[in-house]
Amino acid sequence: MKRTLGFYLLLLLVGFYCLGPYGWQFLTSLKPDGQLTQLPPLFPERPTAIHYISLFREPTFLRVILNSALVASLTTVLSLLVGTLGAFGLAKLRVRYKAFILGFILSTAMFPPIATVSPLYVIIRALGLRDTWWALVLTYTVFSLPLSLWVLTNFFREIPDDILLAARLDGCGSFQTFYKILLPLAAPGLFTTLILVFIFSWNEFLYALTFTSTPASRTIPVAIALFPGIHELPWGDIAAASVVVTIPLVLLVIACQKRIVEGLTAGALKE
Amino acid sequence: MEKESGFRYIIPALILLAAVALYPILYVIFLSFHRRLLIFDISRFIGWENYLFLLGDSRFWNALQNTVYFTVVSVSLEVLLGLMIALLLNRPFRGEGLARALILIPWAIPTVVSAKMWEWIYNADFGVLNYLLGSKVNWLGAPGLAMPAAIMVDIWKTTPFVVILLLAGLQVIPRELYEEARVDGAGTWALFRWVTLPLLLPVILVVLIFRTLDAWRVFDVVYVLTGGGPANTTETLSLYAYRVLFQTLQFGYGSALSVVTFLGVGGITVFYVKISIRGRK
Repeated sequence: MKRTLGFYLLLLLVGFYCLGPYGWQFLTSLKPDGQLTQLPPLFPERPTAIHYISLFREPTFLRVILNSALVASLTTVLSLLVGTLGAFGLAKLRVRYKAFILGFILSTAMFPPIATVSPLYVIIRALGLRDTWWALVLTYTVFSLPLSLWVLTNFFREIPDDILLAARLDGCGSFQTFYKILLPLAAPGLFTTLILVFIFSWNEFLYALTFTSTPASRTIPVAIALFPGIHELPWGDIAAASVVVTIPLVLLVIACQKRIVEGLTAGALKE
Repeated sequence: MEKESGFRYIIPALILLAAVALYPILYVIFLSFHRRLLIFDISRFIGWENYLFLLGDSRFWNALQNTVYFTVVSVSLEVLLGLMIALLLNRPFRGEGLARALILIPWAIPTVVSAKMWEWIYNADFGVLNYLLGSKVNWLGAPGLAMPAAIMVDIWKTTPFVVILLLAGLQVIPRELYEEARVDGAGTWALFRWVTLPLLLPVILVVLIFRTLDAWRVFDVVYVLTGGGPANTTETLSLYAYRVLFQTLQFGYGSALSVVTFLGVGGITVFYVKISIRGRK
């Protein structure tokens, strides 16, 4: 394969396209308010951390980050718990009407959130769960299930039946075989699913916007969408907030690129 | 593995999906035949009235048109751009993994954050886009420009997903096929047209289904970037339904709008299934 200068120039162009907007947000977050309304210069003359400081002095911002972290973590745990059990049944055991059940699971992934948000709102209000983490954890767990079931089932199928059968012959029950043999072997698949579900929960907006009403349970996307500001938007603070909430995702993507690609393609390309 | 029934392992997942996904869908259909005003606890069966009202509601037709516009343009451009980037990356080079990770970043960023980022870039007075172009355009405030601006954000955000899937599809195409075709005298374009494209088609179809269904329910981008404006030119079905549901609190009519959005998903799925069946023949 030729690796010409042209190739690397094109690559650079793609890189600039993907990262440019984020880089601009970073530069914006380093400019004092007075400089935000001046162009040129593109780069901050005297970079300042003032937006970051004011952000972390704001108790609601820390609270919102805590909410997002907790909701996403709880969702991930629950989704993996229910997902691994279900995927074990679907991948390794005999299930009647398997095709129909898989079809039902996948079709729920296609439900547009707007079609379920109003009845769920009524239910959550009736249960007294409005403006709590649990409203979001429950909703996210369920709507991440198609994804985790699908990805996990694909991973579990790749584990040879012989190993599980050997465990059964040694006297393990099916549940023991599941958590003593299958789960450790499928650890990479679990990790992949974990990342995808975490990113989904961290980023979700419509349900979060509807089910939360105060900083007690509000998550990051809602807080950023509703950033306080009456006349002029505080662009420096918004930029700083965007950078802060995106850093965990950027690190996650750089560290786990292979796993994410594996999960996305396992979910879509294997049939 | 063996004859043991695995049904009990699936039960928790099925119960959750039935309670939190299936039941709400049935409930929203039920609601759509009612006049329901949440704050006054009014709920009355009115038959098809919401749907009849919808047929005469010009704001609904406008939202439908906007949604179709958004979906068709963004999905086709995403697949086109994604295909070009995937073809570019489909070769071994130094820093391959890093390049892939960097490309994934827009995909991982919350849509709300990317919309805010672009709102600042598009800003009419202080935005960097106008500075770079030397223009003074009010990108988000002009009726003809706001939708293309929103589409650009969606393209930026979701092309990585397309690239990753197409790249995976490209990498399973056997190298020998290219070599054979080259021996037969095929040029670059002929290779793409007669080897790459036909073999990649199933993957392209999967990408199209995923992206179309996702674009059809677009909400976050327009909610944050334009709020549906100016003059409702970027108001999509999801956004209009959301407003009717949670701003004017008409749960009956809002549910009817949601049901129509849901039916659109069904229509899109049937359309693609038919195409893929015809493709196999």
